[in-house]
Amino acid sequence: MSVPGGNTVLTAADIARALTRIAHEILERNHGPEGLCVLGIPTRGVNLGHRLAALLAQIEPGLDTHQISGQLDVTMYRDDLHRPSAGTRPLAATKLPAGGIDGKTVVLVDDVLYSGRTIRAALDALADLGRPAAVRLAVLVDRGHRELPIRADHVGKNLPTSRSERVSVLLSETDGRDAVVISPEPAAPGGPERAEGGEPR
Amino acid sequence: MKHLLSTKDLSRDEAVGILDTAAHMAETQAREIKKLPALRGRTVVNLFYEDSTRTRNSFETAEKRLSADVINFSAKGSSVSKGESLKDTVETIGAMGIDAIVVRHSASGAAHRIAHSDWTDATVINAGDGTHQHPTQALLDAYTLRRHLMGPDPLGQDLAGVGVAIVGDVLHSRVARSNVDLLTTLGAHVTLVAPPTLLPIGVETWQCGVSYDFDRTLAEGGLDAVMMLRVQAERMSAAGGGYFPSANEYSREYGLDSARLSRLPAGVLVMHPGPMNRGLEITSVVADSAQSVIVEQVANGVAIRMAVLYLTLTGGQGGAL
Repeated sequence: MSVPGGNTVLTAADIARALTRIAHEILERNHGPEGLCVLGIPTRGVNLGHRLAALLAQIEPGLDTHQISGQLDVTMYRDDLHRPSAGTRPLAATKLPAGGIDGKTVVLVDDVLYSGRTIRAALDALADLGRPAAVRLAVLVDRGHRELPIRADHVGKNLPTSRSERVSVLLSETDGRDAVVISPEPAAPGGPERAEGGEPR
Repeated sequence: MKHLLSTKDLSRDEAVGILDTAAHMAETQAREIKKLPALRGRTVVNLFYEDSTRTRNSFETAEKRLSADVINFSAKGSSVSKGESLKDTVETIGAMGIDAIVVRHSASGAAHRIAHSDWTDATVINAGDGTHQHPTQALLDAYTLRRHLMGPDPLGQDLAGVGVAIVGDVLHSRVARSNVDLLTTLGAHVTLVAPPTLLPIGVETWQCGVSYDFDRTLAEGGLDAVMMLRVQAERMSAAGGGYFPSANEYSREYGLDSARLSRLPAGVLVMHPGPMNRGLEITSVVADSAQSVIVEQVANGVAIRMAVLYLTLTGGQGGAL
């Protein structure tokens, strides 16, 4: 993905440092590794979730990355499925760690927190899958402009933006390199930021 | 995708998109809570002018799993038996403010007529029209084939190189027509096997092979699945209706029994759209054998119909899949 005319606000090293800090924060807040479960929201939240789970396993050698990480597709729980402008959203897979989420501390992971509507959908999706002991939210970028009473527990970077700007999270798994870029033009309709909860709806 | 009327209308990518969506839907159906909120507040009418148990129940299950409100309308016991026309029925239903009509009708083209009329703005999903098309059946057949034949991770794949024989009453079969169109679009090779009397005029122009000799087709090999069609006695005049000399002879020439099955490799799938005439086109031993995926076809039908409802009823109508 190329981002013409964009300002890089987080480099690869910044992203790595932020994720490491968030991993430590998660363990501190949870008083250790017990009952943790990391669920990424497709697409880029999944990659970030896997990275966070790997970092957690690095800090706490007792943890197995594969046993604590998964992904949560929230598409069918969104509140804009019937908006004529939205287009039909493709579904993604939901994969829970073996043993499910009952009684676990679930850490939801997404790339950008914006309107909060994706997270609202994620909370509804979780409720249909089990009853976690607690749900926390970790995001790489919080760009403000919330439309719902939702906040993140762990934030990589607070990034004040205007609604007309576009925040692009690039990850090596999907985009070939790690960076967070802010550019002046709004996201194209149906673009990736929109699909991943970057745009207000 | 606003309507689903015929598998002929689907491109390869659209068809693969439906199969992928169905795979994600199937995954949700293994959960304890199977209901999803995607179609909450939407109303779907199942408008059935022909008898059906599995298709109607399958659609109704899919609609309810996606939280749609469901109205069942069957011609028996309705104003249709008092002579109401299709137009009046559709306009009456449409006036109730519904979002989709799932229609089965004995007239070929009925679904197309409703979709392209000014009788209603609702989405139309064809659940079988005469001897024309039954697209969701073909999609669930393609889904079943892909699940078994295209490796552990079939997402995104078509059916390139798969060989399928469709055997029996092709003349009256909308399932055969839909499957020839869809499986060919997905890259599979289809061979129709039937007595000449049960093949439609013009079959040589279809994108498939045609054989009168079941045993020779089996001996030629290259098959990954054998799909048996129901002998549709209700569409024939008398028993057999002159299409074949006797049920016994049909069964001997075109039935799938254990002797024929034993000549096929162990991995070849046995399929049937149902309802089966056990002992006529398929023996009970074969229908209940380990190679039979007939019961699984029904389960996959729910996932396919959930996918079709989701793709036609969410987002901008007429938008991309």
